[in-house]
Amino acid sequence: MKISARRVDKATILDVSGNIDMSNSPEVRKALLRELREKGVTRVVLNLTGVAYIDSSGVASLVEGLKASRESGSRFVLFGLNDSAREVLKISRLLKLFEVYDDETQAIAS
Amino acid sequence: MEMLGFSEEHNRAIIRAVDEAVSNIMRHSYHGRLDQPIEVYCNRLQRRTNGETEQGVEILLFDCGPAVDTTKLQARSLDEIKPGGLGLHIIRGSMDTVQYKRAGRLNRLRLVKYAQSSTGECGSTEEKPQ
Repeated sequence: MKISARRVDKATILDVSGNIDMSNSPEVRKALLRELREKGVTRVVLNLTGVAYIDSSGVASLVEGLKASRESGSRFVLFGLNDSAREVLKISRLLKLFEVYDDETQAIAS
Repeated sequence: MEMLGFSEEHNRAIIRAVDEAVSNIMRHSYHGRLDQPIEVYCNRLQRRTNGETEQGVEILLFDCGPAVDTTKLQARSLDEIKPGGLGLHIIRGSMDTVQYKRAGRLNRLRLVKYAQSSTGECGSTEEKPQ
């Protein structure tokens, strides 16, 4: 799994590729909390286009990002979810809680 | 799996359930030890529903960890938004049947999925442990 950050306007986009599972989900959590809590970025966009699979520990990291964004009054947005990622969020009854967009343009413009 | 009539969505559901089950065994039964055995068996099943035969798959996972406290097999409420405790929900939401049983010195987790079943929120049926 690889994760990198870039700035677009006032947002930070985190590009993730590979599977997000119990071996690396703490890295995703750490990257999200660094942007949302430490840097105080007002909008964090998670690009999941390159993510094939997310397990429950990965979902937990996303939930931590969501909670941190609510606590700090910032926004946490997802885009590029494949069918597998949507299904695991749906089963966890979390899909409707996240702001989810199809592509980066929509996620930035939202 | 395609030979049994499983769709791509069903295949993903089965993979997801087995992955979560193995993760749970590694985390809770073996407390993160990586040198412990997990045995996985796959069996083909059939059932008759409304006069039609449905193909299915049964997956059995065995581990040598201590007996599971079945009171802890109750998945937490999803009404509260918090990380953690989602694995069991994901397993149950992905499969038709999820059963735990202590078999001698082994823990046995039985997962069943039929090709015509629906996958989705709370789509599983919890059968009584054997």
